[in-house]
Amino acid sequence: MSPLTLDDLRRLLREAGGDDLTGALEGAIHDETFGDLGYDSLAVLELSGLLQRERGVEIPDEMLSGLRTPRQLLDFVNSGHALR
Amino acid sequence: MSADPSGRVAVTGLGVVAPGGIGVKAFWELLTSGRTATREITLFDATGFRSRIAAECDFDPALEGLSPREIRRLDRVAQFALVCARDAVEDSGLDLGAAAPERIGVSIGSAVGCTTRLEEEYVVLSDAGRDWLVDPAYVVPHTYDYMVPSTIAAEIARSCGAEGPVALVSTGCTAGLDAVGHGLRLLREGAADIVVAGAAEAPLSPITSACFDAIKATSPDNDDPAHASRPFDLNRHGFVLGEGAAVMVLERAEDAHRRDARVYAEITGFAGRSNAFHMTGLKPDGREMAEAIRAAMARAGAGPDDIDYINAHGSGTKQNDRHETAAFKRSLGPRAYEVPVSSIKSMIGHSLGAIGAIEVAASVLALQHQVVPPTANLHTPDPECDLDYVPLIAREARLDTVLSVGSGFGGFQSAMVLSRSGRA
Amino acid sequence: MSGAVAVTGIGVVSPSGVGADRHWASVLAGRTAIGRITRFDPEPYPTRLAGEVRGFDERGHVEARILVQTDRWTHLGLAAADMALADAGVDPARLPEYDMAVVTAASSGGTEFGQREIERLWSRGPRHVGAYQSIAWFYAATTGQISIRHGMRGPCAVLCAEQAGGLDALAHARRLLGEDARLALSGGTDASLCPYGLAAQLASGRLSRGDDPARAYLPFDSHAAGHVPGEGGAMFVLEDDAAAEARGAASYATLDGYAATFDPAEGRGRPPGLRRAAELALADAGAEPADIDVVFADAAAVPELDRRESAALCALFGPYGVPVAAPKTMYGRLYAGGAALDVATALLAIRDGLIPPTVGVRRLADDCPLDLVRDRPRPAAVRRVLLLARGEGGFNSALVVSAPRPSRARPAHNGGGHGHEPTDPGRPEAPAA
Repeated sequence: MSPLTLDDLRRLLREAGGDDLTGALEGAIHDETFGDLGYDSLAVLELSGLLQRERGVEIPDEMLSGLRTPRQLLDFVNSGHALR
Repeated sequence: MSADPSGRVAVTGLGVVAPGGIGVKAFWELLTSGRTATREITLFDATGFRSRIAAECDFDPALEGLSPREIRRLDRVAQFALVCARDAVEDSGLDLGAAAPERIGVSIGSAVGCTTRLEEEYVVLSDAGRDWLVDPAYVVPHTYDYMVPSTIAAEIARSCGAEGPVALVSTGCTAGLDAVGHGLRLLREGAADIVVAGAAEAPLSPITSACFDAIKATSPDNDDPAHASRPFDLNRHGFVLGEGAAVMVLERAEDAHRRDARVYAEITGFAGRSNAFHMTGLKPDGREMAEAIRAAMARAGAGPDDIDYINAHGSGTKQNDRHETAAFKRSLGPRAYEVPVSSIKSMIGHSLGAIGAIEVAASVLALQHQVVPPTANLHTPDPECDLDYVPLIAREARLDTVLSVGSGFGGFQSAMVLSRSGRA
Repeated sequence: MSGAVAVTGIGVVSPSGVGADRHWASVLAGRTAIGRITRFDPEPYPTRLAGEVRGFDERGHVEARILVQTDRWTHLGLAAADMALADAGVDPARLPEYDMAVVTAASSGGTEFGQREIERLWSRGPRHVGAYQSIAWFYAATTGQISIRHGMRGPCAVLCAEQAGGLDALAHARRLLGEDARLALSGGTDASLCPYGLAAQLASGRLSRGDDPARAYLPFDSHAAGHVPGEGGAMFVLEDDAAAEARGAASYATLDGYAATFDPAEGRGRPPGLRRAAELALADAGAEPADIDVVFADAAAVPELDRRESAALCALFGPYGVPVAAPKTMYGRLYAGGAALDVATALLAIRDGLIPPTVGVRRLADDCPLDLVRDRPRPAAVRRVLLLARGEGGFNSALVVSAPRPSRARPAHNGGGHGHEPTDPGRPEAPAA
């Protein structure tokens, strides 16, 4: 599967946690925390569920809470460390 | 029919259906033994689920006196509730047939109602999820009964011949505590003279397991089911789903004494607050739970030094046990370090809307027997949870006043104070 | 705080309109809001009609991140709660957090959300159940979300008694105000018009199978053949009346009396409990039947249930002894939202001195000798209203509401249709904390 891009992540975040149409996900959001972007722990769990269902990507429990920014999540998913 | 806002309310009858043992005796025996009733799920095929363990009740409805018709008609949750209610009423020594029906009330808690049958029926109607437009030809008459949780309270009301106020309290995981608290209010405001109060839950069904899997709230320690529920332990990984019920007969204390009833305990205070923070998340400071505790104690006229035991919510999630520990310290001050605290969820899992009432039952029995049930599976202390959680072994203690607390999705925080009967 | 409890704000989401004014205008015009179900294709179902809340702009009322984690039932509840707070001129952020309570009635919870998730589970597997199922379907979801949205940290509750629950919720809020709450947000909404919801309701045997919206739901009629389901409901701001007066808040009514009873099991040879609920509620209000200006009926439209309700009313008031209103003929039976919407409609009747009509009924059943106000609103001095609600399974609840003193009353609208002017001198400032 091709690498997960930031645009992919934007789409998944909107699906997982809603799209408030304010453009909070536009621009350079790599190092913003999901919380600051408006996505709480449940939204991140929902996101990880979507990743699993769409891409077969499994983020281990102990890793998930440590992936706080888009960059950290993309790096992890694309690193090959994520279970499939 | 006079109102008495500060009146003492007595628990005069008790019925329990719990994992590890049906009936009050078996329940208390399990709790004091420190054995656990958590095991691999048998009630449905849990292959493919993240958490495949639960605390199940070995419940044979026919053996417990339900008729074939009742068994056919009633969801498991209502079966539990009915058996407990009958046991409680019998235990109370009351002849409900001789009481004025309009003075008998019912207050039952449940968080997820008739989930099991609702899901089973859905599978049939939707052809296992193939048809969004479910087939109306396949509804059975009781499908609507399963859709509304109020059915559970209605069943108990009919069984008891209750014609007074009947309530189904559904505040998530505090529903059990809140239903007993609601019963307390009904008596104090004079709306009833006898209240059959408690809670039931039979949530062990694929949809329930799946929804907790999705938020990783339940323990994935499937290889060691007996030790998977570890409240306050450093190596706790979430709660273990459970099922069960507890129902009590409540009366005003003076009525109980007048008829020479055996009084298990008195309920002296109850309060609820909400954290208004997050539907599932808990802040580490525990301030709103502390506020519920403070308010319940104030209503009971009890101070921190009066509390002899805390029956904790102790679900075994990382965040809950930390939150709750902070709440105890906040509300009891230095006394928090002296009071024994234990979580029976370590032994019987977390039965959502029922557990609060089951924990009140445990608190009542603790007062009756002067024994504090332990927290099972507590081997490795967590530095953030540094109170006396009575690890592993039950403890005899002088108990006059017990605090029982609960916390649940939606932010609900509830606390109840119980005392030994005023009559020495 | 042991004085009277006043309603200082109303929020309505009704098939007859989003907002109290739109709902009331439609009701007074005798317009039916029942129509063919649009939320899904009802063709396979023997009941195809419902009262749907059309044109509800959920995105306008609820933020996107909350929308995804909640069922429509909660969307409606959040919207109604917001409207009630605005109507009352209350800013919860300025009140002591522990003094505010939230009490809602629920009936089948987040039905559609739950059906969707359970469908995913069974058609695709357990991994397809999302993170929000654990918070969206359960019966406490709406109370929880309202409490979080407004920072209300007092005692919060959820009561389930099907159609009777709304009265129980308001009574419980009244109870909490008598303890240590200072303000309560209470009521109920419902949104169970999804295929599984409808199928389950059909199983109750109580749904009308009529296909004419104007003639499908005919309580007390000789052709009564069940009710039409609906979605929606109402939320209210309740306050201690003296405190409301002190902050200059106008009042729609005080909640003066309440009682709940349960029907005897069949075969016990004892009478149903509705009459006694009404009597106890009147007694609680210190009122006699003669004090009641209109009864908002439960109006089940099942002949036996109509007969029982009529018998209870005749026992209390005498045949044709009190005006009876069933405006729910225009929008349906709303379960957890039904009794709350009845209360909202009753408060507007008090405000404007108009009894809303019951539509569609052509001939009263022989055993229903009631002064049912039909087709057109009836002007009347509506000072005291008795509301009745019965929940499937045997629940009976009754509530008595009374008009405030004229100096405290909300200004009447001339026949409805006017909006609330923000500069209306009757509207209070937000209270100081």
